[in-house]
Amino acid sequence: MRKMFTPLLVIVAAMFAAAPIMIAQAPFESTMGLIQKIFYYHVPAWMAMYSAIAVCGVASAMYLFKGRTDADGYAVSAAELAVVFGLIGLVTGPLWGRKAWGVWWQWDARLTSALLLELIFVAYLMVRKFGGPGSEKLAAATALFGTATTPFVYKSVDIWRTVHPKTSVVPMLANSMPGAGRPFALSSLAFILLFVVLLTLRVKLARQQHTLDELYLAQEDR
Amino acid sequence: MFLRTALLVLRKDFAIEMKSLEVLLTTLFFAVSCVLVFAFAFVKDGRAPEDAAAGILWIAIAFAGTLALGRTFERERYSETLRALLLAPAPRAALYVGKLLGMLALLGVAEGLLVPLVAFLFQASAWFSRPLLLLAVLVGGTVGFAAVGTLFAAMLVRARSRDVLLPILLYPITIPVIIGGVRGTAALLASPADEVTATMWIGILFAFDVVFVTLSLWTFEPLMTE
Amino acid sequence: MMTVRRIVMALWSIVLVSAPALAFQPPPQSEFVPVTELPAGDQLPAAPYLIAAYVFVWLAVMLYLWTIWRRLNKVEADLRTLEQRQQAAPR
Repeated sequence: MRKMFTPLLVIVAAMFAAAPIMIAQAPFESTMGLIQKIFYYHVPAWMAMYSAIAVCGVASAMYLFKGRTDADGYAVSAAELAVVFGLIGLVTGPLWGRKAWGVWWQWDARLTSALLLELIFVAYLMVRKFGGPGSEKLAAATALFGTATTPFVYKSVDIWRTVHPKTSVVPMLANSMPGAGRPFALSSLAFILLFVVLLTLRVKLARQQHTLDELYLAQEDR
Repeated sequence: MFLRTALLVLRKDFAIEMKSLEVLLTTLFFAVSCVLVFAFAFVKDGRAPEDAAAGILWIAIAFAGTLALGRTFERERYSETLRALLLAPAPRAALYVGKLLGMLALLGVAEGLLVPLVAFLFQASAWFSRPLLLLAVLVGGTVGFAAVGTLFAAMLVRARSRDVLLPILLYPITIPVIIGGVRGTAALLASPADEVTATMWIGILFAFDVVFVTLSLWTFEPLMTE
Repeated sequence: MMTVRRIVMALWSIVLVSAPALAFQPPPQSEFVPVTELPAGDQLPAAPYLIAAYVFVWLAVMLYLWTIWRRLNKVEADLRTLEQRQQAAPR
């Protein structure tokens, strides 16, 4: 993993450099025009967020049930990344919506579910920060419950919204736009790799902090 | 053994509560004040918006429930009885079930007061034309809310900032319960009552309950162990 | 530490590279293609929103990297202090 870090970094950098060129050359979508190009960053941001949530959920379960302390490092790193990528999605979404639908926020099922997930993982970070000693376990439980509630949140918000008249739906662009596939694949891959790079970095920080804490404890015991 | 322990915990809490009725009475009164605040917020020209009754009912349940959870476990923390309970040679999950049953009883009494009150104030007497469905929605929602709430309140007992952390953690996770409860009760307000929608939401609520009671039973032990 | 610095430099260079690339977009139409869902007359220019979205993404990632860098610095400084103290302390 260590040795792959620098080449991975270079690949991510190259992909992000190439992305704007490919995105600029992608054909315009017929109903939304220019603004639809936000989709190349918006959707991959969600993909990265869901990956982060999955990692956090699994790592939290391993920490809580198996007591693996390294899993805790992964859990907190993934939670931070879920918040960051979620924020990206939650900002680009309304920017798109303002132009495409005319309103900043209209309780669209996907955005609302994402907002709730974002809140859950912000709560995770708050528990770790303000919960006092032993807050790692509490946060792990939060992540577990949060991950478990995701399908329920999505389903209930979805049903809740279909009762109301839909002003617009994000069309499935892959079918209507043959030229959109490659830039989209590139952006998705770039974001996923960015997620991996950031996760590795943050886990390293978590490990260093853990070493520091152990050293402090060892000193006190002397 | 399991059931006996759970019922013993329930009896203990019941006995303590019956002495002063402190948590019950204050929670009830708080719920009523909640309803009044919402009344003043939403009523215009003597009428509330359509379906407001459903929303107000569930918000009052959620807020009053959060308070009740905090107060019940604060009592445990204050007398350090939780540690004593955990030291007992009883299955930990049974402690959780006992606490959950106590919470359900408390919320049940609160709802027994709130539902008629809200129906009275907001012209929602249509609820009582389908009492079984209404009961099913209430039970489904309350069990879901209480299951997650009891676990979180128990795990936060020794944490700092526990009073504000409980709602921060609880509300986003129990949003499906709120949506299901509100939409289910609102469906019963339609004329004629929309039984299909209500039944659908009842199904979702019970699925939520099963998943989260199970998850809570699993996580209670590792969480409460130091 | 060095890796964080390298990443930051790499990402900044991407920003500089992509700026002219973004400029080479297909020539904007003089009249924006009317969106069928929007009421007529509510024609907001799309470019500011698009640019704002992309800028936000970069800023968010940069900011996050900076916070990791800051925290990593602090932890490593603390580790070094502790090590020095351990070596200096009488055994």
